[in-house]
Parts: sequence; C-alpha cells; structure tokens
Amino acid sequence: MKKVKYDVVVLGGGAAGMGAIKGALSENVKTLLIEREASTGGVLNQCIHNGFGIHVFNQELSGPEYHEMYLEKLGTFDAMYETTVLKVDEKHNLLHAISKDGVYEIEYGALVLATGARERPFEALRISGTRPAGIFTAGLAQHFVNLENKLPGHKAVILGSGDIGLIMARRLTLEGVKVEGVYEIMPYQGGLTRNIVQCLDDFNIPLHLSTSVIKVHGKERLEGVTVAKFENGRPVEGSERFIECDTLVASVGLIPENDLVKEIVEIDLSEGAVVDDLMRTNIPNIFAAGNNVCIHDLVDFVTMEGEMAGKNAALVSKGEKLPERKAIIKEGNNVRILSTKYTTASQAFKLYLRVSKPMGTTALYLNDERIKVVPVAKPSEMIELTLDPSKYKMRGKVILSALEVGK
Amino acid sequence: MKIAVIGSGIVGSLIAREFSKYDVEVELFEKLPDVGWGVTKANSGILHAGYDDEPGTMRAKYCAHGNEMYDKLAEELHFELKRIGSLVVAFTDDDVKILEDLLERGKKNGVKNLKILSRIEALEVEPNLSREIKAALYAPSAGIIAPWEVAQAAVENAVKNGAKLHLSTEVFNILESGRQYVVKTSKGEFVFDIVVNAAGLWADELAEKAGVKVTPLHPRRGEYILLDQPFLVKTVVFPTPSKAGKGILVLPTVHDTFLLGPTSEDLPPSEKENTSTTPEGISKIIKSVKKLVPSVNISKTIRTFAGLRPENDIKDFVLKREGNVMHVVATRSPGLTSAPAIAEDVVKTMFEGYNVRKKDDFDPYREPIKKVAEMSDEEREKLIEMNPAYGRVVCRCNKVTEGEIVEAIKHGARTLDGIKFRTTAMFGRCQGSFCTVKIMNIMKRELGTGFDEIRKNLPNSKVVDGDVR
Repeated sequence: MKKVKYDVVVLGGGAAGMGAIKGALSENVKTLLIEREASTGGVLNQCIHNGFGIHVFNQELSGPEYHEMYLEKLGTFDAMYETTVLKVDEKHNLLHAISKDGVYEIEYGALVLATGARERPFEALRISGTRPAGIFTAGLAQHFVNLENKLPGHKAVILGSGDIGLIMARRLTLEGVKVEGVYEIMPYQGGLTRNIVQCLDDFNIPLHLSTSVIKVHGKERLEGVTVAKFENGRPVEGSERFIECDTLVASVGLIPENDLVKEIVEIDLSEGAVVDDLMRTNIPNIFAAGNNVCIHDLVDFVTMEGEMAGKNAALVSKGEKLPERKAIIKEGNNVRILSTKYTTASQAFKLYLRVSKPMGTTALYLNDERIKVVPVAKPSEMIELTLDPSKYKMRGKVILSALEVGK
Repeated sequence: MKIAVIGSGIVGSLIAREFSKYDVEVELFEKLPDVGWGVTKANSGILHAGYDDEPGTMRAKYCAHGNEMYDKLAEELHFELKRIGSLVVAFTDDDVKILEDLLERGKKNGVKNLKILSRIEALEVEPNLSREIKAALYAPSAGIIAPWEVAQAAVENAVKNGAKLHLSTEVFNILESGRQYVVKTSKGEFVFDIVVNAAGLWADELAEKAGVKVTPLHPRRGEYILLDQPFLVKTVVFPTPSKAGKGILVLPTVHDTFLLGPTSEDLPPSEKENTSTTPEGISKIIKSVKKLVPSVNISKTIRTFAGLRPENDIKDFVLKREGNVMHVVATRSPGLTSAPAIAEDVVKTMFEGYNVRKKDDFDPYREPIKKVAEMSDEEREKLIEMNPAYGRVVCRCNKVTEGEIVEAIKHGARTLDGIKFRTTAMFGRCQGSFCTVKIMNIMKRELGTGFDEIRKNLPNSKVVDGDVR
C-alpha cells in the first residue's frame, strides 16, 4: 500500500474541484487532486454548448473552452487520475483509494469534497410500463452524441424541462433526430429561460407543461410512451395520448453526490452537503463546494465556491483557526433551496436560493427585514444574495423567505 | 447416455448441474440470450424457511430440504447467500393465531429454530417495524440470494463438467422416436435418451405439445420497488399471510439495497411476457410497506420492475414423468428455495433402473467473479498488482472495476444486462447513467464489436442507433 500525505486533498476535478485547487494553491500548501476520470473538467467536457464563463472570464464559452482556460490559470499541480476513493476515515484524516497503480492511503490536513451531482434516472420515477432499451438520462444521451459520435435513436421524447434536457432537445434536432416535444410535469419550466428560447423556441420544439409520461411501451427497444396532462400531481383522465418514439431522454433532476461521506457529513433533505459561509461542513477540516452542496445554474458560481473552499481548507491545514458558526440559516416561506445553511457572521458572503414556486415581483426577507426585491422569481433560476453581517443581525436562527409583492 | 434439460432458470440450471455429476452427456437449452433471465431474474430472492406450506404438498416436501441444501451449494458455487432470518409480523389477535398455526406447521415440515417473538423482542430485532405490531414469527433459517447468480453459477459449473449450453435456442417440441426423444429447436433437431422440461412459464405448453396433460399455468405478476435507503430492515419482513399469498414484504438484497413487493396479480395465460408495471401495483406496495415499516422513504427508489411467477390452480409444483421425459411445472413460490431438492430428486428418479456412474473427476467448485468492493486493502493491492484493471472503478455506485467487467465477459456476458446481472454494475442508484459508455467501450474492446452491435438484453434492444452526421 502506498502512503502519501498532503495538506489539502480535493476530491473531484470538475469546476468546483479545479476552483478548490486554485484556492488551496493560493495559500502555498501542498495540494492533491483525486479524480476518477482520466482528466479534469468533469461534465464540462461533454457540454459543447456555450453559456459558460460569463462571470469568471467575462465572456461566453463552451464547456471544454471554460475547462481549458481555467486549467491554464491553475498552472501545475499534483493529481491522481482514474483514482477512486472507496472510504473516508475522518477520524484519522485518511482516504482509502485505488487506481491502476495500486492501493493508496492518503493523509490530508483538510479535505474538499467537489464530487458534483448525478442525474436522477428515469427508473427512479416509478413510471408504469416496461423497461426497454432506448431510455437515457440527458447526460448519458449527451455523452453518446458529443463524445462517442453515436445517436441514441431517431425519434425522441424529452421528459423534464431541466437545462440538460433542453440542451439535448436542440442537440438531437441538429443531428437529425426528430424531437417530438418536451414534457414537464410541473406547470412551469425546469430550466433557464434563455435555454427555453435558444433550444426550443428557435427550433420549434413544443414544450408541454403540466404533462408527463405515464407509461412506457415496448419490450426490447422503446416503441412509444403515453403522456397525460397532470393536475394536482395526478394524471387527468381522458387526457392520455400515445406518442410513437424510439428514444426517451429524461432530464428530471440532479442529485448532489455525497454517497462517499453520507455517514460522516451532515446532508440535507435534497441530499446536499450542509455547509456554512466558509464552505465548511460539520467536520472542521472537511469542506464542500459546487453541485454536491446544491444544484447550481451557472458553472461560474461553482468555481467561485470551489476557490473559497480550497482557500479555507488550506488555512485550516496550516493550523489557522477559522471563525465558529454563529447562526443557522433556514428556508422560510416560498424558499426551497439554500446553498448555505450556517453562517459565522465574520464576513459578507454570497448565498444562493431557489424559490418554491414561480412568482412575479418578489421581496426577499431575512427574518422580518426586506433585503432584496427581484422583478421575477422562478424555481428554475437561482437568486443570488450577498449577506453582510455588519448590516443584518445574524445570531441564532436566520430565516430567509420570499413574498410576492407584485405581478 | 444423452440428456436434455430445457430452460436455464433456477430449476433447469440446478438440474443440469446435478446431471453433470454423472458420466452422461448433458445439453441445456435456453430460449433467451443468457441464463436465468425468465422467472429467476425477477422475484424476491428469498430462501423460505418452510413453515408456509401445508404438509402433504410438493412445496412442503421440497422447501425445507432445499433451504438446507443451499449452504453447500453456496460454498461450492460461490454465490452470495445471507442467512438473515425472517419475521412474519402480526397486527391483530387473529394474526397471532395464524402465527401459532405457522409455527406448528413449520415444526411438521421440519423447520428448525422457529419461534414466536413478543412485540418488544420483534422491535429489538427490527427497530424500524411499526409500533402497532403484536408479535412476530421468527425463522432464523430464512435467507436471501440473488437467484440469477445461482443459475449462472450452476450453469457455469455444469459446463465446466462437460455440459453443453445452447443459448438463444427455443425448444418447440419433444417427440418420441423409438426409445429416444427428438428435441425440435429453433437451431435444429437433437436426439436424447432423457429429457427434462423446466421451461418455467412455458413448461405447461411444452408438456402439452409433447402429449402430456398438466394443470395449465398462468403468469402471476409481482411488481417491486428497489430502494436505496440504508438500514431499513435486517431480516425478511412479511405481513401475516392471507389466502392471497405471502403478501407484500420488505427485505434487504444481497447487494445492500432493499426490495419492496411483490404484488400478486393473476394474468391470463396469454400474458406470459407482460412485465409491465402499473400505477395500481406500485401504490399498493407503498401502502402495504408503510404499514409494516412506517419510516420507508420511497423517494429513494432506484427502479421499479415486475416479474412473473408460474402459477396453477392447485397452487403446487407438478412433477410429471412420461417415459423418459420429466416435466417440472409450476415451480411457483417456494420454487427457488425448493430447486436444489427438486433437482436432486429429478435426477435420482430419471436414473432409476439405469446403471449410471458418478464422474470421478466432477469438480463441484465454480470460481466467482472477484468483488473488489468487498476486499481488504491487502487483497486489493495483490490483485491490482497482478492485473491493474482491478484498480479502475467503472461503476461508481457499486464500485465495480474494469477487471470485473472483463471477467463477466469471460463468464459469458454478451449484453449490458449480462454484465449488470453478473457484476452489479448499472444496478445502483444512477442506473448506468455514468458507466454505460465505459462498459460499452470495454465490451467493444473485449468482444471486437461496435456500439451498434451491443444490446441491452434481447436481439432488438439496440442501445444506440447509428452515427452522428
């Protein structure tokens, strides 16, 4: 068994992990990246569409471009690729990992979890019918098309209007696949408005809201799906419609990936790692950043979170004492997701939240104090808040809520 | 002497292996492209203790004995077997009376160590059980297996001992020809001295074609939810049985997930391929399971699926011999548990009056596919040094390595499901969204095929279709 020792170890080399490497290196500590794939970049590598980098690079880039440009900023660093961590022993600050080179025991001063998210598979939705070939998550379909040059099929239905589903509707159309439509069970879209416009409207792909697949047909390869209108979470009788298709692409949600640490780190109901404003988990030398904390809209913010997590991890590894948690932050009315669940109230910090339903002009409250008004609030679009403890009282329990104040 | 076994489910595969212990030629016919893909692939995977079956039935005759035989089988064939025990949970005083009846019946059937636990004792064993329970029947000899692993292992071992496996070969008829039998298949005709029909859901139809009347079969559909919620239960948890059957249960799988189900819905004989799940079935499972284990979290669903069990009106196994043909029909629950005992009995019966010798060189052992996830660091180190492919994790959910995928191919996997049901890759919470492409690339390299030739399972189950322009 090979034993190595680093000040900061970063798990996962996607956007958050690369950010963490940069953050740690800025403090001149010995830093190691562990990545299960053969290179950095994570899912950026298969996202050949643009829309990345507006905040970090002040320009619109494709996923691979964003990856390349950020990698250049990083310079050289130690990394182990095609390496999988099988166990985190947080009591002894040890990781047990394997790669083609053998078994490793890696000691860390501080750890940054940047393990990203996984897609919720279609199978998890408990939809009736058979389980033939031809059913893909949007990410898997994207992988086949963009990295393997293979078509998933010839006539597709997209289930779920999440961003990857919308991107894939356009991508498949461009490759000659007939995309029959996008079906969304909720009465509102799941992805960003810009993707609805650029991926569906521009290609005349219909978006059917309050409609979902209720049955899968076909024994060997998919032969079709039955869709129906939904009201109050139930299919409306008589609204069923059969659609012939050989491909079903499911874009039905991303789930923060914390399986490795689920018995160690505090995890919230949406499966995200619970962190404070320093990106620190309940374990003082374990940090987390990116989509394993909460699902972000923009990669830029993931990178920035990673940078902060890496920097703070480095400080901890050097023996510096970071401020303690002073307040817990809770979801109040109409707020569903918070990126930050505790604050040290030691600095102004950014927090991302998602509302639980579409609203018009919306006021955001910290406890009883109105702190921001946005012209429109949608569950699909994160709202960014900067919370400054010198301005707002942050002790004990802080509740963030949203109230519609105009249409 | 030449022997044909038709069907490579749990029954056919164990019969073929049992025959392969003797100095005879054994050929095993399977309609599907892989072994154990019928009834065996989608059931609860329970080794029942044997208290359920009324004395005098074929079920009672084989179940408890079959259960006992599994320990030796698991040792020889190296499949996962966990003796986790089972609890039958009573909610009412009437239920408690039924538990007492089951206890008595179990004793008559030779089931060992059965006992009725008080409410407190039962909750100590299973803290997540409903507080409403009154008592529970505990059967420590109940266990769990992955049934398809047993079929794969038994077939591999039979082949190792000289048996011949014909996959994708459908048997149409068995015709008497002098003192022998012609087996007509989709790949031609073969002549045998002894034939065993273990064709699962189709065993009745094949028997009929061969001129033998048996009680007709119909499929009984069982829907399931596979769950990714840790620490749900430790034992197989049954409700108190009713006339409709053993009910909807909660149990761990040998792969550390949990199975909820099955429903029990009789379908007409024309629907022997109807493995569709239904909204009613899935709702029924959720409702029943919540009563047993209120803390169940359905949002942790990995997938839902349905299996079909071969059921008949007498609700019992039928072993019918006509000349040198044995029809093994209606191996419904507890068919899986009974299979080793049935196999032993069938082979003994068919050899009566013949002077057949056991092979001197029969090798009872089957080398399993290695499981890196379950090894110690020292074992991993040794293995990776020998073959670095065991250091590359391909399936992140279940930590399956490239070495294991390659091994599965060497063990006969030719499809994605073939790999899934041999390694558990693609079996986990991401359902293959991360590892499918990696696995297909390994298949491409090892089998020399293109992506377009790779199938999920059956011949028309293309995974991808053509190139990006």
